[in-house]
Amino acid sequence: MDSNMILIGLAGVLATAAPVLFAVIGETITERAGIINLSMNGSILLSAMGGFAVAYRTGSLALGFLGGMLIGMLVAFIVAFSSITLHQSQVAVGFVLALAGRDLSYFLGVPYMNISGPVLKGLSIPLLKDIPILGPLFFRQNLITYISYILIVLAWLWIFRTRPGLMLRGIGERPAAAYVRGANVNLLRYVYTVIGGAFIGLAGPAYTLNVKAGWMGTQTGLDGIGWIALSITIFGGWNPLRAAFGAYLFSFLQWLGLVLQSKIPGVPTQVLQVAPFPLMILTLLLVNISDAEWVQRVLAAMPEGVRRLMMKLLRALRASPPASLGVPFESE
Amino acid sequence: MKKNTWINVGFQIGALVVALLISTLLLVAAGAPPLKAYGSIVSGAFGSLNNIENILITWSPLLLTTAGVLITFSAGLWNIGIEGQMTLGAIFATGVLRVLQNTQLPPALIIILGTLAGIIGGAFWAALAGALKTFGGVNEIFGGLGLNFVSTALTIYLVFGPWKRPGVGSMSGTQPFDQKLWLPSLPHSGLSPWALGISLVVIFAVYFMLRGTHLGLRLKAVGKNSKAAFLMGVPTWQYSMLAFLLCGAFAGLSGAIQVTSVYHRLLPNISGGFGFLGLMVAMLINYQALWAAPIAFFFAAVNIGSVQLQIQYKLDSSFAGVLQDLLVLLVLLGEGARQRFLKKV
Repeated sequence: MDSNMILIGLAGVLATAAPVLFAVIGETITERAGIINLSMNGSILLSAMGGFAVAYRTGSLALGFLGGMLIGMLVAFIVAFSSITLHQSQVAVGFVLALAGRDLSYFLGVPYMNISGPVLKGLSIPLLKDIPILGPLFFRQNLITYISYILIVLAWLWIFRTRPGLMLRGIGERPAAAYVRGANVNLLRYVYTVIGGAFIGLAGPAYTLNVKAGWMGTQTGLDGIGWIALSITIFGGWNPLRAAFGAYLFSFLQWLGLVLQSKIPGVPTQVLQVAPFPLMILTLLLVNISDAEWVQRVLAAMPEGVRRLMMKLLRALRASPPASLGVPFESE
Repeated sequence: MKKNTWINVGFQIGALVVALLISTLLLVAAGAPPLKAYGSIVSGAFGSLNNIENILITWSPLLLTTAGVLITFSAGLWNIGIEGQMTLGAIFATGVLRVLQNTQLPPALIIILGTLAGIIGGAFWAALAGALKTFGGVNEIFGGLGLNFVSTALTIYLVFGPWKRPGVGSMSGTQPFDQKLWLPSLPHSGLSPWALGISLVVIFAVYFMLRGTHLGLRLKAVGKNSKAAFLMGVPTWQYSMLAFLLCGAFAGLSGAIQVTSVYHRLLPNISGGFGFLGLMVAMLINYQALWAAPIAFFFAAVNIGSVQLQIQYKLDSSFAGVLQDLLVLLVLLGEGARQRFLKKV
């Protein structure tokens, strides 16, 4: 394989990571506000089918993407409503919606199966596209991929560098304190859950109108992607930059699986494509383990120098979820 | 108090009516005459003896997974990893059957050993999720999801790799076992009275365990308030772990039965979504084991009946899932609305 092929492959990795990125950033924003939107797998499938259907019927790609986002927002609204207003378990409702979205997409998607519809075209950026290596890698993509780059940066800036972002972290960490400082905690949670849902819903048409064009029912091959995105959100430690790294790593490993298939015939492709998951469990373990009681005990028994080194290492890996993730808030 | 009972029933019936209303609208949207479509589900489920047998075949794994998650829910755990536990049960059972199929051991013994291996496999996979939670601080939902993917990868690796059919591996699974290694079924039918019998015994045992035994009460104490339970002297994490092990064992048994009595081989996606469906049944019955058997039967009937929709109206059989999901969702929302209403009154 020559270097040009590798470059094209890597550019493909950036493009196929875009839908996952949207979903992961949507979920990160939602969870930062203290709400778990477990419905992602259903939300993505339904918006994938719905977005394609809208674009097919209207002939407008923009309306297709918008339709997908609206579906994501609607599903997220049900999660917010049932947990904030009706005090039901976020996990239970989200789980049911994850299945409901999937089943609905297969049921309602029959008329749109295996037909060709509109597909997003490439859009090279003048001047930038001619930079050696970087040009073909980053700037000969399409609009959705460019939006995905920008979204990573914007989400990070919003969460960590703005005043409303500080409030967002506040309602997820210590809602009572945020409330005292004048935040309408539950309203903000509604808003961020629905905004997060819009990004999750964007992931669907980003598949069916772009990287995996068309709707093929159960053969579309998207079932499971929402659960993967959920795992990457945790992997990303609720930080858009780390989450983006997770999404790119996942996409890269999947590509690697395809490439290596021809090189090592003994190992089936499907195995390499799921290789990220054992890795993910290991990371989950590493980011959480410093909180476990027995680790603290083992650390306390270690000699001073080793202990300090170990503590430093564990702290660098550590990623704690927002302290009030999944915990309802009552002002009175 | 009397008035509240009526309000409760009112909200529950309201939830069911709304769920049916939405599913009817969806049928209309899909271009099917709704009443006839419902009719074809009923006739598809109960129209012939063969169909009823298929319901019973579907009922069995669902009863086992429901029984399992009733235990983990009692202990306050969301065992979303149950799909993987069922898969591991199938893998372990297949493994033992493969190793022993050419030995001189009596087939009955091989089947029993395979089933036991399945139980161990499921419990082992659940223990991993439990250990990740207890010793690693990894939430059981995320650990479980990850383990589900690993189990799928493992199945695919085995089906296409070391256990592939002579020639080339395919998605249709491993080489089917000789008929002597099938769990005995009724003549001219795929229905195994053994599978059904075991599943019914398990669901009743779980019902009585949760209802009236020391173990059941302690599990519930851990689930309701683990700190209080710990202060009262209940060894909390040991009980959580026990709940995982029991649930994993039933899921593994369910996976083993799919191998020995339904598919007679290992195939990708052998869990067939029964783990998740078990979670749905448990949520719909509000974790009351008493209702598990009839509601699981209803779900199985909807699944089998919906196949008819595909044949008669060219609709996707995922309508079964849509109907089940809507029922659970609306019952959850109805419960929330009821609590809100009672608080206001």
